[in-house]
Amino acid sequence: MFDEMTGEGAGIRAPYSEIAAWIEASGLDTLHRHTAEAEDVFRRVGITFAVYDEGGDPERLIPFDLIPRVFAADEWRRLERGIRQRALALNAFLQDIYHRGEILRAGIVPERLVYRNAAFEPAMVGVNPPGRVYSHVVGIDIVRTGEQEFQVLEDNCRTPSGVSYMLENRECMMRTCPELFRGGNIEPVDVYPEELRRTLEEVAPPACSGDPVIALLTPGPFNSAYYEHSFLADLMGIELVEPQDLFVDEGLCWMRTTQGPQRVDVLYRRIDDAFLDPLSFRPDSLLGVPGLFSAYRAGGVTLCSAPGTGIADDKEVYVYVPEMIRFYLGQEPILQNVPTWRCSNDEERAYVLERLDELVVKEVHGSGGYGMLIGPHSSAAERAEFAEKIKRDPEGFIAQPTLELSSSPSLSETGVAGRHVDFRPYCLIGRTIRLVPGGLTRVALREGSLVVNSSQGGGVKDTWVLAE
Amino acid sequence: MLSRTAESLFWMARYLERAEATARLVEMGRRMAMLPGAYGQEEWSSVVAAAGAGAAFGPGARVGEAEVCRSLILDEDNPSSIRACFDRARNNARAVRTALTAEMWEGLNDGWRWLGGVEAATIQRDLPATLDRIRSLSALFRGAAQTTMLRGERYDFLSAGAFLERADMTLRLLDVKYFVLLPETGLVLDNRDRYRWISLLHATSAVRAYHYLYRGDFSPSKIAHFMILNRDFPCSLAFCYSGLRAALNRLADRYGARHDCHATVEKAVRQLQDREMDDIFDEGLHEFLLETLRLNAQVSGELSRAYHF
Repeated sequence: MFDEMTGEGAGIRAPYSEIAAWIEASGLDTLHRHTAEAEDVFRRVGITFAVYDEGGDPERLIPFDLIPRVFAADEWRRLERGIRQRALALNAFLQDIYHRGEILRAGIVPERLVYRNAAFEPAMVGVNPPGRVYSHVVGIDIVRTGEQEFQVLEDNCRTPSGVSYMLENRECMMRTCPELFRGGNIEPVDVYPEELRRTLEEVAPPACSGDPVIALLTPGPFNSAYYEHSFLADLMGIELVEPQDLFVDEGLCWMRTTQGPQRVDVLYRRIDDAFLDPLSFRPDSLLGVPGLFSAYRAGGVTLCSAPGTGIADDKEVYVYVPEMIRFYLGQEPILQNVPTWRCSNDEERAYVLERLDELVVKEVHGSGGYGMLIGPHSSAAERAEFAEKIKRDPEGFIAQPTLELSSSPSLSETGVAGRHVDFRPYCLIGRTIRLVPGGLTRVALREGSLVVNSSQGGGVKDTWVLAE
Repeated sequence: MLSRTAESLFWMARYLERAEATARLVEMGRRMAMLPGAYGQEEWSSVVAAAGAGAAFGPGARVGEAEVCRSLILDEDNPSSIRACFDRARNNARAVRTALTAEMWEGLNDGWRWLGGVEAATIQRDLPATLDRIRSLSALFRGAAQTTMLRGERYDFLSAGAFLERADMTLRLLDVKYFVLLPETGLVLDNRDRYRWISLLHATSAVRAYHYLYRGDFSPSKIAHFMILNRDFPCSLAFCYSGLRAALNRLADRYGARHDCHATVEKAVRQLQDREMDDIFDEGLHEFLLETLRLNAQVSGELSRAYHF
């Protein structure tokens, strides 16, 4: 197993030399005290994660682990190239399938997978989003299994969340442990909101003349990511709007203000397709802004991300991303996929059913670490139950090998110990591609656990990219 | 600015002001109930009525300190309870996080978290400390707003809400006790009434201010004057209305437009300036109070219409 600090066990890796010395010098008590200070800051500022319908405090803190996760400059260079490449290919794929569908005609991606996919949005066929960008923020979940082995676990093309933690974790580290930052060797991440704002300005619709007005569209305070919505709106200096604040008139989008209606050009929406516009997507829904989609099609307002983007982060479409990179960019993928078996394929399904005790089985449409079977940690009864589910709905499942995710030193009750981590960078796509050096490291705080989702006992860490 | 933001700021200020006013009322009840010859029930009933929480107590229900405190401080189902006001203020604040400064949010959030953990037993054990803490919470929030918030439209909506709610509370307070203020009850108050009125002045943190201005002369018309027409006392009707006028005028300058609410408030401020206490007594104090409460509601409605919320 690969450990971020000690590699395969041959002493401290160079990027971690400072961290190792700091852990040694501080001692457990000091580290625990800093953690308590940090959590107090999070709670006071109200950086909470809402979990409803589960009892207990509905506004929970995501546990914060004090010990940062570090990337060396050359590691980051490689990751960065791989992330940009992937984000570009995913957007090219979306542009293609909503137009001529060349990749389908070439027989590389099966037509069934696209046209019969619930995430495919027929209303988007032939629509040209400004700059041909569909997914403006791509969050790519990356795991590490060795010194040189980085693999992509999944892509998040719609509205990946968590970037507020990247920013707040850094703020909090700088406040509680300033001594770590004195060398000036850590790349800053606080330009992210500015970069996001520029990205959104670049995709202003044709109807916009002058400075585009941008707003962040949130479902409201009861959404689990509401804190992040308000945080980003605040740092970008834009309005945080809810559907009832907006209306469409004469093909343009307006918000209700104290001085009457004001035009909105770009909506960074953190709301699902289904709740955007009851006239287009969900006639039974009372939520949303009637007429928004037709204003979007007519070029009166830009929606970021575009409706129908979800098809690109479908777990079965994922299998074809390396092929997309070859097809659209003519390049070899820099970041590898995790080998994936599709249960829709008879041979692959047979393979999966035989090895349920070693594989991880995921629902194609599941998220948040729910609906997942981790073979080596499962009971015979759970495996039998999943086997039944797979046979009943083969298209609903994929399987992957159980990866030995790298571990990173983390603070536990008894001392500093390795805990498994993953990594989500946030790639911005407008007229140019932007990537802030950093991202969100999620950590499975329970010993031995491989599930990093905050809904399942995961925490977060500050993530450093070291300067050259 | 979004109309929803203006609305949330306006109501957030109102709820916080209401929470503080309720804390002051309970303080007044506590003092009155300690007076010699007090009938506990009657004193606490007047507190409940002033808080507009009569509905929370059915006919024949016991209205003592424990019941009133539970209802007015902790009961989430009683819309005028302090906890309910903080809940709603915080919900409004959460909806407009971006419009608040970090200090304001932290002040409010800290208070809300503390209040969430307060139990009935704690209150019974140490009511004065609990009430002090609630007052200092709202003082903290107001101070944070004073020193950290941009003097823009957000501040104007916040302060309009605060002044309007404070005016409302002063009127309710007076209306419950108006019969003792009437000149017909005799020019010299008996000791108990005297103490009741000192309690009322305590409730508005105004004992010293009153002594300073009126030299301890507790005549009904002077007390009424202090609470209604005095321009320097921050809880008086005249003071609240001039504050409201100033906030609305800043909005009018900013947006270059005046609305019904501006005319209504302007007229009310002038009338309060020209009024003498005797005129009000001649017309009937109770009628005056009810009419002004109606005026407050009218201003609130006109303000929402003017700014589209």
